[in-house]
Amino acid sequence: MYVAVKGGEAAIANAHQLLADRRRGDRSLPSISIDQIVAQLGLAVDRVMAEASLYDRELGALAVRQARGDMIEAIFILRAYRTTLPRFGMSEPVDTATMKIERRVSATYKDLPGGQLLGPTFDYTHRLLDPSLLTDEPVADPVRRGADDSPMMRVSDILAGEGLIEGDGKLPEDHVAGDLTREPLEFPLKRDLRLQALSRGDEGFLLALAYSTQRGYARTHPFVGEVRIGEVEVELDIPELNFAVSLGRIQVTECQMVNQFQGSAKNPPQFTRGYGLVFGQSERKAMAMSLVDRALRAEEFGEDIVAPAQDEEFIISHSDNVQATGFVEHLKLPHYVDFQAELDLVRRMRAEYDAQSRAEKDGAIREAAE
Amino acid sequence: MGGTAVNERKRAMELLAKASVAELTAGWQAIEPKPEVHAVRGPESGLVMVRGRIGGAGDAFNLGEATVSRATVRLGSGEIGHGQLLGNDREKARLAAVFDALHQRAEHRPAVDSLIDAVESRIEAEDRKQAEQTAATRVDFFTMVRGDN
Repeated sequence: MYVAVKGGEAAIANAHQLLADRRRGDRSLPSISIDQIVAQLGLAVDRVMAEASLYDRELGALAVRQARGDMIEAIFILRAYRTTLPRFGMSEPVDTATMKIERRVSATYKDLPGGQLLGPTFDYTHRLLDPSLLTDEPVADPVRRGADDSPMMRVSDILAGEGLIEGDGKLPEDHVAGDLTREPLEFPLKRDLRLQALSRGDEGFLLALAYSTQRGYARTHPFVGEVRIGEVEVELDIPELNFAVSLGRIQVTECQMVNQFQGSAKNPPQFTRGYGLVFGQSERKAMAMSLVDRALRAEEFGEDIVAPAQDEEFIISHSDNVQATGFVEHLKLPHYVDFQAELDLVRRMRAEYDAQSRAEKDGAIREAAE
Repeated sequence: MGGTAVNERKRAMELLAKASVAELTAGWQAIEPKPEVHAVRGPESGLVMVRGRIGGAGDAFNLGEATVSRATVRLGSGEIGHGQLLGNDREKARLAAVFDALHQRAEHRPAVDSLIDAVESRIEAEDRKQAEQTAATRVDFFTMVRGDN
């Protein structure tokens, strides 16, 4: 018999009120503003935007505040919000070659055109806690130096000049870029859909997979050809006017991972590439994405598929942390009826088991007595 | 529209998209006499799917969405203006549309031009500052000279 039960409304309402209180915390402290989160916890906001797959710093900061700094909760909230908005269109593809560069480094060429620009990096810091940040000490203005405006050549173009690297990714002529927000995924995927999924994928999950390729589970012999961070224009075609206009700029991080490739019957020995492109300043994520992108191209290069990082269906089906948290966390919601059914089943099985073992024991005693 | 007209309008629309709400509001205060403005569409907020290119310059893929606000207005004199910009600020989109329409009227054009020129100078100054700060983090390599022993 199934009996529907209701209850807990008051408990839920009070729990949410308690959540609001704990979120605000000690009232003698000033409340944190959205502007402060954008300005001072910017990389948290960037991660939320990237994995929610929605670029909006203000809303990202709001989500971080609402979620009390729980990143996956914030991503969930922002992802849910995007479903309430209509889509106006698709942008022209962003041009990362014309990026307003804030950081650009290459591990393959020391003296590349444009140079190595460290930008606001954590690299080469000693990772020692800085007690000066315990208080509000004044911060010096950044040093300035004359900048040259020459375009920053992409590292892949340097190698392409020698014909030693594969070209940028091309799909069949009539291919229309897939959109996983519109159609259910069908494996195997084309690289465009894979990149969309990876770009919104969980940073920790992709980092672990990328790390696994370095430790020998699908070796990719990677070098960072280039990481660049900066702003690109987002252009939208205006149908009423027959031309595209920029809607403003967004910050992205791009990683070109260069990988050794021995060559095959079809392809000469050359470098291959993994690609990473992520909203905001998210260098670790862009690097992990590019390593996983390359590992997932194993079949394209006739490589043996032996490791988790090469398993497209496994990776793409589990990289979305909103889906993952939804399914894992739903386990704590009431399952009273399911569990009653299982409890009943286990009780019956146990009764049968006990009856059988008693019968066997009685049989054994009788045999011994005889 | 001819090539120059297209380029001029495109430039105006792009700078209006990058203007701050304070710049647009101040610009509107400077417009005299105030024209009659009718809403045609919006202002409304929605999404644009931002696309990237595989490998940086290959075929397109869908990177993720961005919030966009847009508006279309018609002046009493008939000009249609469009405003579209990143973010959730619908009032900003509406003002951008009004200025796009005003830009098409000779008597308002100087006021709109002075607004967008100011926006352009501000953005250039900000870009210059950032480029110079970034340039200061450029690595200057030097070779260690090995001793004879």
